[in-house]
Amino acid sequence: MAREEPTALERFINGVLPENPIYRQLLGMCPVLAVTSAMKPAMTMAGATAFVLICANIVISLMRSLLKPHLRILVFTLTIATFVTIADKFLAAYVYEMSKQLGPYVPLIIVNCLIISRCEICASKQSVGVAAADAVGMSLGFALALASIATVREILGSGMWFGLRVLPGSWPGWGIMVLPPGAFLSLGLLLGAAEWVSRKRARTNLWRTVRMLWSWRR
Amino acid sequence: MGETQQKGGYIGQAWLVIVLGLLYGGVLAGVQTTLSGRAADNKKDETYSVIPSLVRGADETKTIELMVEGKNGKEARIYKAIGADAGHKGWVVPAGGQGFADRIELLIGLDPALTALTGLYVLEQRETPALGDRITEAGFRDRFNGKPADQPIVMVKSEPKAENEVRALTGATISSESVSAIVNDALANLREPIGRRAHSAAPGEALRETTG
Repeated sequence: MAREEPTALERFINGVLPENPIYRQLLGMCPVLAVTSAMKPAMTMAGATAFVLICANIVISLMRSLLKPHLRILVFTLTIATFVTIADKFLAAYVYEMSKQLGPYVPLIIVNCLIISRCEICASKQSVGVAAADAVGMSLGFALALASIATVREILGSGMWFGLRVLPGSWPGWGIMVLPPGAFLSLGLLLGAAEWVSRKRARTNLWRTVRMLWSWRR
Repeated sequence: MGETQQKGGYIGQAWLVIVLGLLYGGVLAGVQTTLSGRAADNKKDETYSVIPSLVRGADETKTIELMVEGKNGKEARIYKAIGADAGHKGWVVPAGGQGFADRIELLIGLDPALTALTGLYVLEQRETPALGDRITEAGFRDRFNGKPADQPIVMVKSEPKAENEVRALTGATISSESVSAIVNDALANLREPIGRRAHSAAPGEALRETTG
């Protein structure tokens, strides 16, 4: 029997936490490491990625019946590249400072595996509503993950959050946290924490099931 | 090939890609037309804001924008940097060219006599992160300060010996050489026309007053 495709709500929820693109799927690591030195660039990147992902998913879903298997990746790439270029031009016109700070990382959204994987897994197979819900969920999950890493790095690195001082002025500022090694350290520790929480929850659920089976047997 | 012909030939297979290419191309042309003016304004504002750091003593609100005809026959925009005391402090020349990854745009600061570089600023670049993009760092840009404007800059991999030599960035030789090539080309093209303009009455100077 063919496996039933997830509903819009399931797609949305999966994207936020259970299948979080960064903590569970380890996709889009390049922007995760490169733009999370502070919240502002991280959230600008999250916004640009969300725009591209939502638009690409909707457009691909709308034309899913026209896709030819051997040309589908070409169509995905063409669509994604178009929306990335629009996002890049928009940032250069309206958020110039962030556009300069993000530099080549905005055009690099084109090669973010998260977007092409959602086109392949969901948008090319399911309806527009489901594809849009999937894109919103994944975008939210991506933004939350970027925010968590950027929060750790910006606060420890400069004592600030979103450019506002949150630690006393006497905080020395761990310079390493805003540098590339800080990105790897933060990502590694947060990934470890997410894995630990997930395993703990799985163990709790396992014990609960065992206890339930045991009581049912008696 | 037989299978492709059976399914409508190449056009039959690729019509969606062709239609999308045309459609997306049209959309991008529209976006570019709509937003390019605003992006250019942002770049111009940034240019004005960095002029005081490229030419010592310059007041951005007194900067004069000029058009000069380069040796290549093309009109080029340059900035005459004026100080708060109304004295001529130097020149700022926008220049661009191909870098390692994409186009690099620079602002070159020059002294009033056009004999030495007084500053360099990277207005736009898409060089390799953590390698080529270090051309934006002051540590690299400051290496051009005081270098002669009347002879080509030469990139070297060791400590500079001649006065026109600049040490390239380790791991980013092509980006470094792109910067020096852009500076050399711009100065070869515009130094003499600017010099002639400096000694003439400079008719039609468009004074742009900014609020700073």
